[in-house]
Amino acid sequence: MADTGYGRRKLINRTMLSLCAIAAGLSIIVLALILGYTLVQGISSLDIDFLMQAAKPMGEAGGGMRDEIFGTLILVTLGTLISLPVGLMAGIFVAEFAGPRIATAVQFSADILAGVPSIVVGVFAYAVLVRPMHSYSALSAGVALAVIMIPIVARTAEESLRLVPNFQREAALALGITRWRAIIGVIIPGALTGIVTGVMLGVARIAGETAPLIFTALGSQFGVQGLLKPIGALPLQIYRYAMSPDPDWHKQAWAAAFLLMLLVLGISILVRVVSRRRSI
Amino acid sequence: MIDKSNQDTVQTCEIPGEEVPEGSGILKVRGLNAWYDSTKAIKNISLSIPEKAITAIIGPSGCGKSTFIRCLNRMHEVSHGGRVEGCVLLDGKDIYARDVDPVAIRRRIGMVFQKPAPFPTMSIFDNVSAGLRLTRVWSRRWELEEIVERSLRQAALWDEVKDKLGQSGSSLSGGQQQRLCIARAMAVEPEIILLDEPCSALDPAATLKIEDLMRNLADRYTIVIVTHNMQQAARVSDMAAFFLADTDRTGILIEFGPTSQLFTNPKDKRTEDYITGRFG
Repeated sequence: MADTGYGRRKLINRTMLSLCAIAAGLSIIVLALILGYTLVQGISSLDIDFLMQAAKPMGEAGGGMRDEIFGTLILVTLGTLISLPVGLMAGIFVAEFAGPRIATAVQFSADILAGVPSIVVGVFAYAVLVRPMHSYSALSAGVALAVIMIPIVARTAEESLRLVPNFQREAALALGITRWRAIIGVIIPGALTGIVTGVMLGVARIAGETAPLIFTALGSQFGVQGLLKPIGALPLQIYRYAMSPDPDWHKQAWAAAFLLMLLVLGISILVRVVSRRRSI
Repeated sequence: MIDKSNQDTVQTCEIPGEEVPEGSGILKVRGLNAWYDSTKAIKNISLSIPEKAITAIIGPSGCGKSTFIRCLNRMHEVSHGGRVEGCVLLDGKDIYARDVDPVAIRRRIGMVFQKPAPFPTMSIFDNVSAGLRLTRVWSRRWELEEIVERSLRQAALWDEVKDKLGQSGSSLSGGQQQRLCIARAMAVEPEIILLDEPCSALDPAATLKIEDLMRNLADRYTIVIVTHNMQQAARVSDMAAFFLADTDRTGILIEFGPTSQLFTNPKDKRTEDYITGRFG
């Protein structure tokens, strides 16, 4: 009697393990497919011209996405510059100073903000910045992206700061240094790996956001015109080019997609490297 | 916080006519009570800590020894829900007076904790100089180097680490780390050093080294050490205070006197029971 029970258990065990392995394999396969497909389709068009030339009108051969690459870099930088201090200080406040009720309220708000659909963030930025300014602008896009990035930075900063053990805080205070100096000089360096990881994850996220850019950056046919004017960006251009009937534009859209994938992949690998090196 | 509204326990903190020169490091405790939220931890403690001597606080676990010592340098209020009533007079001035800066008190009364806590992101040199660097007291590198060397020599650690000052503080053994923390506490030149069970996480060899160190330091500093190891108290201290938990589970001071007298001829039966090992 015990034998048939055991035999059956072994069979179920093996079946379930195989299903789990297949599921794990599927996730890797999907990623490999995406990377492989964009690579194959895009690499032929990803050349120096693509990186260095401005876009040409539809129908004309050649041209590149230089301005859109710049645009993405500018928008990501702008978003980071705004969200880094705000998110970091919010994280410090919740981890070091807030009482339990305020902390819960801030955490809850941050989590909800992180879940707001990015297109809603775009519409919000449109209503609050684009309409009053009577112009689409890189600035409003930067703000929209910052709004998306702030909860990511704030939550990871807060959790990294909480991971710093309390006896280090007390050891620092017992030396007779002020609270904020203890935070900046001892606790933040202890949490730095986690904070940097949070920032990089935020950057990887906003680099690929398209919906908010539709309402704020709009895209530009005249290159980078300054922060208060519309600006192009890679995700916008991919959308525009992919929807067009021009096969040359399709190829360039693939190249742009591949470039964007490389950017996100590169950041993710960097995050792994950084967090592994300082695993104290 | 001083609560002078309750007539039963009102104590005049400053004794009129008693002039103590600044910097003597003379500590007197009067009517000290401490709470964690609404739980009273110690009740009505009064004693005078002799200067330039070693005072041991002994007693079974859970009788408020650590709470008491943390009240001496205003670290108890850093704990969650920590509250203090009563007087702690440093050089005749109450450290809990309203206009007293706790940071200044902690510079004059240093503390070493049970778990050796070198700051992990800093080198040995940076660890020892942390108390100075994080208050901008110093101005030049060579001044820092002098102070670091002097503190490490005083902590009997210089010879062991002088060639590796740039290495991380966590690369040392437990006993060395604790001596590093002592050096770090001494670098800010306090008058009084509090040690909360400094050897309980260390092996016997390291413990003996630290006991030797304390005896040498007692020539220049006032030392208060909490220990649950009676033999250590007998070996090291000049005065001893025996704490016990009262019937309502708050800690009270049973007896305070010269160590030799407390151990050979205790005045209170409870002290005698503890010393002879009938409990605790």
